[in-house]
Amino acid sequence: MSTNLSFRAALLSVLLFACFIGIWHLATLPADGGAVSAADAEYAALMGQGAGKAEGFPTPAAVGRTFVHFLSDPFYDNGPNDKGIGIQIAYSLLRVGAGFLLATLVALPLGFLIGMSPLMTRALNPFIQVLKPISPLAWMPLALYVLKDSDVSGIFVIFICSMWPMLLNTAFGVASVRRDWINVARTLEVGPVRKAFRVILPAAAPTILTGMRISMGIAWIVIVAAEMLVGGTGVGYFVWNEWNNLALPNVIFAITMIGLVGMLLDFAFGVLQKMVTYRD
Amino acid sequence: MTNHYLSVEGLKKAYPTRDGKAGTPVFEDIHFSIEKGEFVCIIGHSGCGKTTILNVLAGLEEATGGVVIMNGREVKGPSLDRGVVFQSHALMPWMSVLGNVAFAVKSKWPDWSKAKIAAHCTEYLEMVGLGHAIHKQPAELSGGMKQRVGIARAFAIQPKMLLLDEPFGALDALTRGTIQDELLKVVQATHQTVFMITHDVDEAILLADKVILMSNGPLAKVAEIVDITMPRDRTRAGMHHDPQYYRIRNHLVDFLVNRSKTYAGGGEFEQYDPKRPPVVRPGLVDTSDAALAPDAVRPLTQLKKVVNQ
Repeated sequence: MSTNLSFRAALLSVLLFACFIGIWHLATLPADGGAVSAADAEYAALMGQGAGKAEGFPTPAAVGRTFVHFLSDPFYDNGPNDKGIGIQIAYSLLRVGAGFLLATLVALPLGFLIGMSPLMTRALNPFIQVLKPISPLAWMPLALYVLKDSDVSGIFVIFICSMWPMLLNTAFGVASVRRDWINVARTLEVGPVRKAFRVILPAAAPTILTGMRISMGIAWIVIVAAEMLVGGTGVGYFVWNEWNNLALPNVIFAITMIGLVGMLLDFAFGVLQKMVTYRD
Repeated sequence: MTNHYLSVEGLKKAYPTRDGKAGTPVFEDIHFSIEKGEFVCIIGHSGCGKTTILNVLAGLEEATGGVVIMNGREVKGPSLDRGVVFQSHALMPWMSVLGNVAFAVKSKWPDWSKAKIAAHCTEYLEMVGLGHAIHKQPAELSGGMKQRVGIARAFAIQPKMLLLDEPFGALDALTRGTIQDELLKVVQATHQTVFMITHDVDEAILLADKVILMSNGPLAKVAEIVDITMPRDRTRAGMHHDPQYYRIRNHLVDFLVNRSKTYAGGGEFEQYDPKRPPVVRPGLVDTSDAALAPDAVRPLTQLKKVVNQ
């Protein structure tokens, strides 16, 4: 029954995708004859664009060729403005990874502290409430001025945006560990470190992982915008660069890649989440 | 002053009201004692503070007034000397059955080797009939089995005293009976000192040496202490053949249904001394008429034989 359902769902997905491509294809068919005026054609020729060159929104076929072109050699490196998509994504992932790791190192202990202590919860709450809604990109000028390095600033932006969901979820998870489990640990005279690692951490792990998953999602969204600002390398820079080249097929290709990598990241955290989730 | 194994003196608990003032005490002036090797049950309606008393004995909660003295020392904070079986089993679902018990054993004897801990845990899990399930996760167990793991965990640390907070409350009658038998066996074998909350009169008669009856809260008191005078080798199957059984049972039910409400300040109990609550032995009252006609209404005075020590 369920295999039947998933088979039908997959079939429907393929059909929907085919429809989408079909409509896209029809919508971008070159108009017959007089759509391009003689003057326009002349102007185009003058500007060095051959008559055969695609005009307007790229067709699915053109985008498909781009996919094949980029994916056939993802790791080439022809200097600053011409790197394979694999290398660009690797740069982005590296920044996200570094910022995310730093955020984890700060958010988990701090979240533990906040979750364990009602005093710290109240004392830190105003700061968190003010800092949380700030768009991570708003930090960029300050980061650039203080850190004096665009790469590090990008990492900082990721750090600051990954921080909040992790921090809040950790604090919440730690604060809402079932009273019974804490009482068991108390009656067994379990020391604070052992209690933290053997009782509270496993009890709060699903909530913490949810926070990390949300953080990773946000980080991957923010890195594209950050790299557009910072420039140099990364998938965000690639998108912006291709826009400046007016190479829309490349932009569409990059967008798709961003989506796929984001999906894989989320999937990975989903697996991690499953690993720490306990059945009660 | 006292030479009891555990004595509770003048215990009182009041929770603050919402505006921060001290509320009416849930209970006050609670005095009772437990001897070594004794099995004590406490019965009372919801809201009389039974669980709070147990938590105070466990050291999980602080009383507003009064002290608990165990072995000549005041109880302050939780300790490995007092094992607790929680109402909702409180197993940690990310550990296996063995892991849950081993966590407790490791807390008590941190220097023990892994093998020694595993052997010790297995012994106690086998004692409660779970030898086949030691590597299962708690989620794979039924409610009764989980509760047994909780009991094994509490016994495994060999506490000086065991505190059970209505451990069978959530179980069906059949499972409850089996586990009661197991608990009875284990307690008789180990001579464990036990303090247990229950709502089940039969359970109390089966297991206890004495039953503490609480009047209704707020301002709950120890109304009576009922000695269960039936011989210690009771069984669930044979217990009701003992003529004492119905006398004790009637007395307890009668208390819960009729007298627990009115106990505080009734004229009949003018001489009530909270420091020495009346000890009664309804099982020994020679009421051959009453025994023949257990449904007949009997005057209280006849039913009760006060034997204040």
